[in-house]
Amino acid sequence: MSFFDLKGTLKPLTALKQFGKQPHTLKETPFVPREAADRYRGFHYNDLEECIGCGNCSTICQNQAIDMVPVEGIEGKKGDSGLRPRIDHGRCCWCGLCVEVCPTGSLSLTKDYVYVSDDADSFLWMPGVDNPEGKERKSFVSTEATSLNDFARIPMPELEGMERVKSFAEVVLGYNEEQARAEASRCISCGLCTEACPEHMHIPEYINAIARANDADAVRIIYDNNPLPEMCGKVCTRRCEEVCAIAHRGEPIAIRWLKRYATETVNNADLIKEIVNPEINAPNGFKVGIVGAGPSGLTAAYYLALRGFDCTIYEAHAKAGGMTMYGIPKYRFPEESLDKQIEYIQKIGVKIHFNTRVGKDISFKEIYEKYDAVFVGVGFPKPWTLGVEGEDLQGSIQAVNFLYEINNGKQVDIGDKVIVIGGGNVAIDAARVSRRLGADVTILYRRRVQDMPADWEEIEGAEEEGVHIVPQAIPIQFHGDDKGHVKAVEYLLAEMVPDERGRRPKPVAIEGSNKTIEATAVLGAIGQQGDYSFLEEEFAEKIRIERGRFVVNEFQQTTDPKIFAGGDAANRTADAISAIADGYRAVKGIEAMLVKEK
Amino acid sequence: MREKATTLYIGPQHPGITGNMMVRVKVEGDTIVKATTEVGYLHRAFEKLIEQRNWLQSFTLLCRFCVPEPDPVEESYARAVEELEGREVPERAKYIRVMVLELARIASYMLWYGGQAGSLGLYTVGQWSVGDRNYILDLFEELTGGRVYHMYIWPGGVRRDMPEGFEEKVLKTMDYLEKRLDDYDDLMFENSIFKKRTKGIGIIDKAKAIEWGVVGPPLRGCGIKHDVRIDDPYEVYDKLDFVVPTHEGGDIWSRAQVRRQEIRQSIRIVRQVIDKIPGGDFYNKIPNPQKWALPKGDAYARTEAVRGEVGMYVSSDGGTHPRRAHFRGAAYVHAITLLEDLLVGENLADISAIMNSLGTCPPEIER
Repeated sequence: MSFFDLKGTLKPLTALKQFGKQPHTLKETPFVPREAADRYRGFHYNDLEECIGCGNCSTICQNQAIDMVPVEGIEGKKGDSGLRPRIDHGRCCWCGLCVEVCPTGSLSLTKDYVYVSDDADSFLWMPGVDNPEGKERKSFVSTEATSLNDFARIPMPELEGMERVKSFAEVVLGYNEEQARAEASRCISCGLCTEACPEHMHIPEYINAIARANDADAVRIIYDNNPLPEMCGKVCTRRCEEVCAIAHRGEPIAIRWLKRYATETVNNADLIKEIVNPEINAPNGFKVGIVGAGPSGLTAAYYLALRGFDCTIYEAHAKAGGMTMYGIPKYRFPEESLDKQIEYIQKIGVKIHFNTRVGKDISFKEIYEKYDAVFVGVGFPKPWTLGVEGEDLQGSIQAVNFLYEINNGKQVDIGDKVIVIGGGNVAIDAARVSRRLGADVTILYRRRVQDMPADWEEIEGAEEEGVHIVPQAIPIQFHGDDKGHVKAVEYLLAEMVPDERGRRPKPVAIEGSNKTIEATAVLGAIGQQGDYSFLEEEFAEKIRIERGRFVVNEFQQTTDPKIFAGGDAANRTADAISAIADGYRAVKGIEAMLVKEK
Repeated sequence: MREKATTLYIGPQHPGITGNMMVRVKVEGDTIVKATTEVGYLHRAFEKLIEQRNWLQSFTLLCRFCVPEPDPVEESYARAVEELEGREVPERAKYIRVMVLELARIASYMLWYGGQAGSLGLYTVGQWSVGDRNYILDLFEELTGGRVYHMYIWPGGVRRDMPEGFEEKVLKTMDYLEKRLDDYDDLMFENSIFKKRTKGIGIIDKAKAIEWGVVGPPLRGCGIKHDVRIDDPYEVYDKLDFVVPTHEGGDIWSRAQVRRQEIRQSIRIVRQVIDKIPGGDFYNKIPNPQKWALPKGDAYARTEAVRGEVGMYVSSDGGTHPRRAHFRGAAYVHAITLLEDLLVGENLADISAIMNSLGTCPPEIER
């Protein structure tokens, strides 16, 4: 290189050709407003209506920039915590993970580059509340294709529809280990389910244990507040799944099936005891008498026994379980599954007197006097009748009685054309059992299929098995043959009339739309009611019963402080998990009354 | 007469220092007789933080290893995790990743233009190159949603597919930048000041370079052809046609020449990607991140960044969080042992130019 590099001196001067040109950067914000890219990750926006306050955004945020706080005007309800995310923009790194994991897709990022405020606290603000205009500026959004939630449920292996009706074999086959782990891994542990569960079971915790391949832990967590989990794992009405955060854009986590999986890993009572290994308090000297070995009575007995109470259950039938034993068909809930749970409860020290009907074999008064507290969980054994002509014909049977006989191993002659009346789980159970006995089955229901109170999976199962459902049909008369046996059901079609008070539409019969359907048996399943004839007069006066149910306080205590009540006879939801919740609450009440008072 | 030695503290707050670190130099007159690097101003405990996050969450942290070129770190981590889990990556995602990596390389070199020229007082270059880099940041904004921190390459693929019409925009930007490179040549590489200040300065001994662990442009500037993209091809680099430029000499000039040619190669790669990219999925979705556990084991993945080879080691005990994560950055070698050696005998005024030529990046040292 020469000392003077002429080329190297002149070449840089070519830069002068750029003179006066405006640089690219000057054409941009903040000098000139610039529209951000379509998926720019700017400030947060939250659709407050869509958001359910599950807090998954807060959980995933690695900077702890999001906390969940109450908002004025938003009340918590089932499936909505009532909380909404608040972002600390001093911590946020705008990664958008919160958007990617939002199960409802309510959270998004906007096109806003800058946020100017003279308020020093404005680092903290609530998306959607403090920037409603963000709705129009959404850019980085969650779609089903990009979401990190697993929306698809692991399918439950089941017997095929027409295969099922050949026997009473269990329809649902249960998850295997791999399927259970995969299904459990979908859970985001938001806990909305816990809130919705009448018994507030520790759902995220036991699902997490299953996902971590620690089934024994799951079983222990489950038994913490539910002594009949295998029953719930098979037939629970699962209010938890209705509110599952994932269900907003996908299928809810199969909470019931996961519980079933965990509890089925322990296949006998001794093993349950070994795994749960409950701490049993020394006897505290108090005795509790329990009327009815249904879910509420068994729950009360189990947890009272653990707390050192001496518990005795009086059960009218030969086996414990109440409606779950005699009302639920065995293809849904096999007997051995129930037996092992009852056996375990007995192993803890609960005494059960079978075939002892209170009011007949032993008086209620005697129990009342003998025990320090009494829990009444007698259920709703008495079916409602339709009140139509011909209901007393032969072959017109109450569905609960029919299921009782079948579950007891008895034969019931129903012929080959069965009409079931009703739309609840009992109706569907009766229909599906009838199918298994070889009959053609038609369900008459006065409202629409979507109004049926039965579990949708049960309705689907029934349809798969060939049960025919006639909705909007109101029975008006059963016709009999000359031998006094039912031979046909006459019904009217109904139209759905919107309710003026905003309740669900009402079915109103259309005059002249009469139809008749042949029948060899009619099974009525329009609900049951309580039977409190076992109460002596002095108690009947003392205990307040309203609309067929005991009036109880938050601890299931009736108007007689010594008597507690639970299950169908005390709550309106009329399902097993609510009964279990009643039993559990009563335990706290009884303990508070007896032990703490002392 | 021998001048008395003086100790000077350059940095951590000094415009000529790349990032927050300090070089303590003992000078006689303006000749350096001893150099000691002082780090510790930037320690954010990246590796420890990664252990406390689940397998997905740390991808937002990885980009913070290197502001000018965050993507190779994301890439290394993603590939290490994928190897550990055995997760397949869709072909389309692989192409998109290569495009992102090469765009990041160009953007990073644009910033280096400014730094290298600026360290010699040629400020116009930086003003141009930062403006031109913005065109690439615009592309990133459109593709990833972020301009600087993309957080885009993650285990299983990439976060979003290319938006409609993106290919054309990329090609347009490449055409523009390619034309601009001639302007940079005139302004910078042909500039007699640049030549004088870089030739024969900061010479790395070719015989010792490999022994010391020098990588990237500093190694290729010694005439040694080493590039992970060729030596151990990842993603789809083996399906693309490009050359790895080398230059004999080992001085700042040689390193600059390597980078100067690499930009053209990157543009060539990006065009091939746009040409060859297949359709299909861009992401093989991971399970629910909260419960995503990786099998027991460990994995290491390395990627060619502008500073040289960077790599991520992850180790799993079968849980939802990494048991250990370790990041290997080129700067650990370049900016400590190598820099301390190179500075001896050099002029005080060349410290900044030498540091820039080595691609010094303190966060890679303080992990």
